[in-house]
Amino acid sequence: MKLVKFLIAGILFGIVMAKSEAISWFRIQEMFRFQAFHMYGIIGVAVVLGVIGVFLIKKFKLRDISGNPIVFYPKDKSITRYLVGGSIFGMGWALSGACPGPMVVNIGYGYLSMVIVFLFAVIGTYLYGVIRNILPH
Amino acid sequence: MSEFFTQSWPWWFSGLIISSIMFLLLFFGQSFGFSSNLRTICAAAGAGKTVGFFNFNWKSQIWNIVFLTGAIIGGFISGTVLKNDDPVEISEATKQDLAALGFSEPKGMQPEELFSLESAFGLKSFILLALGGLMVGFGSRYAGGCTSGHAISGLSDLQWPSLIAVIGFFAGGLLMTHLLFPIIF
Repeated sequence: MKLVKFLIAGILFGIVMAKSEAISWFRIQEMFRFQAFHMYGIIGVAVVLGVIGVFLIKKFKLRDISGNPIVFYPKDKSITRYLVGGSIFGMGWALSGACPGPMVVNIGYGYLSMVIVFLFAVIGTYLYGVIRNILPH
Repeated sequence: MSEFFTQSWPWWFSGLIISSIMFLLLFFGQSFGFSSNLRTICAAAGAGKTVGFFNFNWKSQIWNIVFLTGAIIGGFISGTVLKNDDPVEISEATKQDLAALGFSEPKGMQPEELFSLESAFGLKSFILLALGGLMVGFGSRYAGGCTSGHAISGLSDLQWPSLIAVIGFFAGGLLMTHLLFPIIF
């Protein structure tokens, strides 16, 4: 099954996010109050290793398991959408203590109230789709 | 071995695994970005019939929904067989700041005041959880990605838009934490 590998990657993601406490509202508060290195360490290590790996993928023109070149698409150039959209996201992140990945990991962990947060995140995405034509991008 | 797996894992190990997951998805011919699933769910529910933004070939994104399903299972495994009964180990300074806002000491991963089922279906907490989710869902699509798509994948590729988005994430988070929390709680 082609999809099983994605299931396994997802399980690994869920476990590491939960076991390193990155799914905790308390950890997100601690991060936004600059009172511990923990979350900065997680994101920092992931980004530093990510930069090195992406550089190597490009340098050696590595291919994926189907033999296709691994390509990186540049994101659209803009400031407004990233700054405004990002700030709205950040306010929600601090309030609910979870970005989309940790929301579902929390549901599996047993915090069923995160279902409320996740359902409203789907509704939020729907609202964006409805009014995106009148938003500055 | 059980001790290693059940205690909380260090940040460097977490960062290492998260970047490995990003590379795994690249080698599987996809890319790491979780919030796209929210758009896929809207499309799969039929939103594409009335709203053009959701009219795309969402079936090409099933791999990511499978990844999401795995994340739920991973959460379940962590909350059962790998469970550590100690509360989350946050700093004393954070505990004191939160106590001043009326939050009790951590007993698990999440504050009882917001996330216990009893609290979550109280009017105030329900509105806050709903509002938080709404802003995450709206903002991530407006910004074209969330923590995984911008902070991990985008910054790893040294993309300027992702850096601007991450600055936005922090601007919003700091505003909520330092200016709005004292008003809300």
